Amino acid sequence: MLYYVFGRLAAAIPTLLIVSVFIFGLVHLAPGDPAVLIAGDNANPEQVAQIRERLHLDRALPVQFGIWFGHAMQFDLGASVYSGKPVTELIAQRIEPTFLLAGYTILLTVLIAVPLGTIAAWKANGWIDRLVMAFSVAGFSVPVFATSYLLIYVFAVELRWFPVQGYKPLANGPWNTLVSLTLPSVALALVFSALIARVTRAAVLEVLQENFIRTLRAKGLGTARILIVHVLKAAGVPIVTVIGIGIAALIGGVVVTESVFNIPGIGRLTVDAIVRRDYPVVQGIILFFSALLILINLVVDLSYALFDPRVRG
Amino acid sequence: MAVTDIRHTPARRANPAMDMGVQALRFLKSHPEVTVTLGLILVMASIGLLAPWIAGDPAAIDPADRLRPPSAEHRLGTDHLGRDVAARLIHGTRNSMAVGFAVAAIASLVGIAVGVYAGFSRIGGAVVMRLNDAMMSIPAVLLAIALASLMAQGLTAVIVAITIPEIPRMVRVVRALVLGVRAQPYLSAAVSIGTRGLPLVLRHVIPNMMGPVLVQATYACASAIIAAAVLSFLGVGTSPEIPSWGGMMADARSQFRLHPTLMLYPGLALSALVLLVNILGDRLSDAIDPRKARKGAL
Repeated sequence: MLYYVFGRLAAAIPTLLIVSVFIFGLVHLAPGDPAVLIAGDNANPEQVAQIRERLHLDRALPVQFGIWFGHAMQFDLGASVYSGKPVTELIAQRIEPTFLLAGYTILLTVLIAVPLGTIAAWKANGWIDRLVMAFSVAGFSVPVFATSYLLIYVFAVELRWFPVQGYKPLANGPWNTLVSLTLPSVALALVFSALIARVTRAAVLEVLQENFIRTLRAKGLGTARILIVHVLKAAGVPIVTVIGIGIAALIGGVVVTESVFNIPGIGRLTVDAIVRRDYPVVQGIILFFSALLILINLVVDLSYALFDPRVRG
Repeated sequence: MAVTDIRHTPARRANPAMDMGVQALRFLKSHPEVTVTLGLILVMASIGLLAPWIAGDPAAIDPADRLRPPSAEHRLGTDHLGRDVAARLIHGTRNSMAVGFAVAAIASLVGIAVGVYAGFSRIGGAVVMRLNDAMMSIPAVLLAIALASLMAQGLTAVIVAITIPEIPRMVRVVRALVLGVRAQPYLSAAVSIGTRGLPLVLRHVIPNMMGPVLVQATYACASAIIAAAVLSFLGVGTSPEIPSWGGMMADARSQFRLHPTLMLYPGLALSALVLLVNILGDRLSDAIDPRKARKGAL
């Protein structure tokens, strides 16, 4: 077990290193002088020279990367060109709505998609199955901003159950936060559920054909108990894996949704930074999300041990 | 590895190109659902191609006729600059189609080249897959937004920005297929009679994995169309003067409360096209692997 944990950890580190090189190269190998790029359109030559010196842009590229990566490992991602604030501080300030939105979405997704996928597999080729699969294809196809506006129109403009946009911080009471994040989370969960329902159905279908299911039936266990206790435990590995992989897509969705619902999270920070050509911030955010993703998938890998005793071996 | 219907029979026949055409026709004839979906997509593509002849000027601004409801002159009304919504909608088809097809084609070509290499070379393959995994841990939409913002605004920038995050997925699929084909007896047979190198790859490996690659390319096309709309919606896509569905939705944001239909039409068009492409992918996948289809899909 310990060997497995260390093996996974050791594999995550080179991945993070490659990602860092790539993100670093993104801005530095792009056509044009990065100092001019970072300084923006309105900068004078002195400012450009200043930036070049401050960011060590006069050094060789590998040295630059070494300096940048060394700082990044100490949670120093440089400063915003626009506001001068440290990038880590900007991310930290905006982390609350983004994490709550993502967490709420994952919770809704698991509550919607896992039961739907399980029932679809149990009643394979029946009308419920067809309906769930139709929903799944539709969920893949309708872009999240289209769903968002549809939800806003029905539940905020017409029915007035939820606010049209905006975010209420946790400090003002968790209930208001929950209300303000419901429409964006539902919009994201509809897309995310499409993926998870499909995978759950496939995984459960696979398990239902195993011999031990027949044994359980022969023992006289009820269908509900077999499905909930035994099948879902066996189907857990692929489902959790895809939730982990799907978080990459979820992050993209969060960027769009925060922009639609005017939520001051990391997604909005990204879009604002892109519009302002604030590359240290863009670089920092991509590195942050990629590291987060690697970490999540590491946790997912480690959770296999929970579902599958063979992994512990 | 399932044997695909799009089999390549080696040079015994006189004209391999015609042979493939006949096979493709036979495939379409025996899979009516694929044919119908493909037909509907081709109808939308032709609407896009014929846009200059069947729709009015999408860029004509008419400040006196802003935000008008549908009329005989403007079948779907006008937007906040008095432009004809129907014309913009029809012209927007081209943008989505161009990005979808270009990304699917480029990602497939690069993905096949890299994936085949990774499937055959042991050490090189390990290195490529490491890089590939690392690339896949960068959120695709985020990477596309950053890439698009780094390049000069335009269709090429959008296509490149969306293709780069799409390639690792294709590489992963192709490599898995190559490993599958390599384990097949017909490959050992080909190798044993002295086929190696490029002829081996072109004649035996690539033809035998085209089915699943085509399915993956279809999904890449669908996700590229959405990604292009996201880029336009966030303001880093093609220039706002070129009509695109994502750009129309971005324009509609400020009018949303009073004129929700401005958001609805491009949203519906976008969803319909992506839905068709995704259904095509599912149908192709079922046609190629009937075992999976029997387990039930849509």
